Amino acid sequence: METAVLNSTTVKKSNFKSEEYFINMGPQHPATHGVLRLLLTIDGEIIKKVEPDLGYIHRSIEKMSESNSYQQIVHLTDRLDYLSSHINNEAVCLCVENALELEVPERVKVIRTILGELTRIASHTLWWGVMGMDVGALTTYFYGFRDREMINDIFEETCGARLTMNYNIPGGLMQDIHPNFVKRVKEFIPHFRSKLPEYDRLLTGNIIFQKRTKGVGVLSREDAINFGASGPVARASGYSCDVRKYHPYSALDKVNFTEALDTAGDSFARYKVRIAEMWESLNIIEQLIDNIPEGDFKVATNAVIKLPKGDFYQKVETARGEFGVYIISTGNKNPYRVKFRSPGLSNLSLLNHIAVGGKIGDLVATMATIDIVVPDIDR
Amino acid sequence: MNSISNIIDWFINTGVLNMALIALIYLTVFALLGLFLVLLERKVAAWFQLRIGPNRVGYLGLFQTIADALKLVSKELTGTVKADKFLYNLAPYFVIVTSLMALAVFPFTKDLQAFDINIGIFFLIAISSIGVIGILLGGWSSNNKFALIGAMRSGVQTVSYELSVGLSLLTMVILTGSLQLSEIIEVQKSGWLIVQGHIPAIIAFMIYMIAGTAETNRAPFDMVEAESELGAGYHTEYSGMKFAYFFLAEFINMFIIAAIATTIFFGGWLSPFGITESLPWMGLFWFLVKTFVLVFLMMWFRWTFPRLRVDQLLTLEWKYLLPINLVNLVLMAVIVWLNLTIQI
Amino acid sequence: MNNEALQQTILSWFPDPEFPQPQFTEEGSQFLNLSTEPEQLHELMHLLKNNPETHFDYLFCLTGVDYGKELGVVYHLESTVHRHIMVVKVQTADRENPILDSVQDLWATANFHEREVFDFFGIKFKNHPNLKRLFLTDEWEGYPLRKDYVDETNMVVK
Repeated sequence: METAVLNSTTVKKSNFKSEEYFINMGPQHPATHGVLRLLLTIDGEIIKKVEPDLGYIHRSIEKMSESNSYQQIVHLTDRLDYLSSHINNEAVCLCVENALELEVPERVKVIRTILGELTRIASHTLWWGVMGMDVGALTTYFYGFRDREMINDIFEETCGARLTMNYNIPGGLMQDIHPNFVKRVKEFIPHFRSKLPEYDRLLTGNIIFQKRTKGVGVLSREDAINFGASGPVARASGYSCDVRKYHPYSALDKVNFTEALDTAGDSFARYKVRIAEMWESLNIIEQLIDNIPEGDFKVATNAVIKLPKGDFYQKVETARGEFGVYIISTGNKNPYRVKFRSPGLSNLSLLNHIAVGGKIGDLVATMATIDIVVPDIDR
Repeated sequence: MNSISNIIDWFINTGVLNMALIALIYLTVFALLGLFLVLLERKVAAWFQLRIGPNRVGYLGLFQTIADALKLVSKELTGTVKADKFLYNLAPYFVIVTSLMALAVFPFTKDLQAFDINIGIFFLIAISSIGVIGILLGGWSSNNKFALIGAMRSGVQTVSYELSVGLSLLTMVILTGSLQLSEIIEVQKSGWLIVQGHIPAIIAFMIYMIAGTAETNRAPFDMVEAESELGAGYHTEYSGMKFAYFFLAEFINMFIIAAIATTIFFGGWLSPFGITESLPWMGLFWFLVKTFVLVFLMMWFRWTFPRLRVDQLLTLEWKYLLPINLVNLVLMAVIVWLNLTIQI
Repeated sequence: MNNEALQQTILSWFPDPEFPQPQFTEEGSQFLNLSTEPEQLHELMHLLKNNPETHFDYLFCLTGVDYGKELGVVYHLESTVHRHIMVVKVQTADRENPILDSVQDLWATANFHEREVFDFFGIKFKNHPNLKRLFLTDEWEGYPLRKDYVDETNMVVK
């Protein structure tokens, strides 16, 4: 009886029908950078569908914010996009300051901008290392970390933390910068200027790397806008969307910099845009570091901040794109509703659109250039 | 009593004892060699990556991989529930046994050669293509999709690059006129083959190194493992010593690929310009020096290049390496026919 | 285009006084706010996106809000051509079975964001191709970001 059943199934399966199959990429997988889970539908090596399954690191920060004071919310934003923690903090602080119509000292603005750009470089160096690793060049990881380490040391000295810095508070900064800050940033700029060409020699110019990324995961300008892409992902498709240009905040209206743009829209273009952004961030820091105005590092606020009734929105440019803080206040010490517009979620939503038709290797290269940080998506 | 001594006599007379002893020595030496190759790789990787590398266990970390091996031996062997148990357990042995078998034919010095057969190169090519069966079995029987994709990639890759390895060696065989490794080295007393064969030999060497790296499934051709795509590829579900067999086999294969190149292209145990011709035991030194230079070259590939994509891998083989190889083969034949080789 | 001009343009699309007019306000917000009815939402959004004068082609934020009695969605729109920003708000009083039109056919980014709103507020989006929970598990009961959501084990209520 059993053999008969067995035989009938063998006969059925012997006529070599090709089938699509599912594969779970993640939540524990080297290329998903954390706990993202992708449900892949694959035909051999070719991707037919990518469906992200999110929520593995969802902590409901928006709900938590509703019962926290505004000073406390700043701390929660570190845990969103932890690689741009300073910029996230800044967004909440700016939003609260705008709502209170509080004018912060120039010194604070300049320091915030410098630290924000350092954060961007730190994030991009880490991305660069991981990007290389995702396409199989393991050495890049350590080169990226070497330079990131210098920035983290600067952060540690001034903010007391290396990753989740909590340096911003509504009204200014937690404390003044460390006396060594200017000196060390000035040491870092020429150091990193000499190391960036090394990045190009190791990875950018490599023929295999170019073959792996050129023409892979192409995103058109229209699709970038339609999918709400922002940051380097959108700019590589020719959509000029740098919040620092269009809605400048802190001291960014005082500096000259060019927005890194590309038109190809493929993975290599996204790669080049990020490399160019590192150069630009260095330029911004260089313009500001010698001219940190004297003054207070914060203005006094009430111990209990109460925002006026209304809606407040603040957008900033993190390393991954446009980060938005939307606060609805009813005039209490707690916000009524807080929404964090994460760049990662919108950028991830276009993954299916650009990865279909590629190989598994292409998907990994594309995901690396989208540069997702999962806690930022899950919130 | 008598019967036991008869059996012992039989063992000694027929050479079975010798064989067993040699096999044991080879096994021990090359298992240790494999371990130290792992250490070398980690040191080289660290050197490339601004790190120090293992430096805690023993002097300069020399016993690090021994400690790792002990850890792997003592680890629990886990496997998937629905794995095909027999094939799953068989696969690592396939891989390790074939790679150890290949070592038998290498002449490390004029006298130190376990098995001098007249079809040495043919034997090496044949043996090295059996290893892939182990990988295919391992990937298929693990009942894991990542492992299966890895195994399928391995099949595709090895079948393709086998051609290039074979053809580039064949090119050199035209020059030597023999498949026997000891004879190939004799021929090189009038100049290493890479010099004798000049242009076609250099082309053959480059193709051989590329295809050889692909044969060992190492970066930039590590599609089979591709940790950022497939987790760990075909050995995703292996643990403990079974994983160690795969791991060790990869490193021994790397040594074999380098050793073949040394023997065929760089004169094997012959010293450069015959400087130590009066000291035959120095042959071993020269053999190892040359081999490790090539091993280092392969490590250099691994720690600088990104990985190819699977279709690019096949394009490289079928559209570039194979046609070049075929033309090169004809070129070499013409050169030998017209006697254009360089003899010192 | 400045806020007054925007307001005039949008009002000119709804000349019929019988028809519910969109309500404008700039009070308590740095952007122009527009409140509309659920029935009107999709048509208005379609016009906002495709009219060359407004050309709001970039939906940068989609927020679900529990106003206490009503459930609402707030759309932050930006034009990549004119670089003006506007906020569209829509509310529904039905808390048991709130249904709004999906705008994911206009902005693909709304696909994920509407799923998020559905996940946390239980607002169902009509014509959404894949409306299921985004972050929480499918078995999750209730909609956690609603103000009346209670979870005595996991929530610390002050």
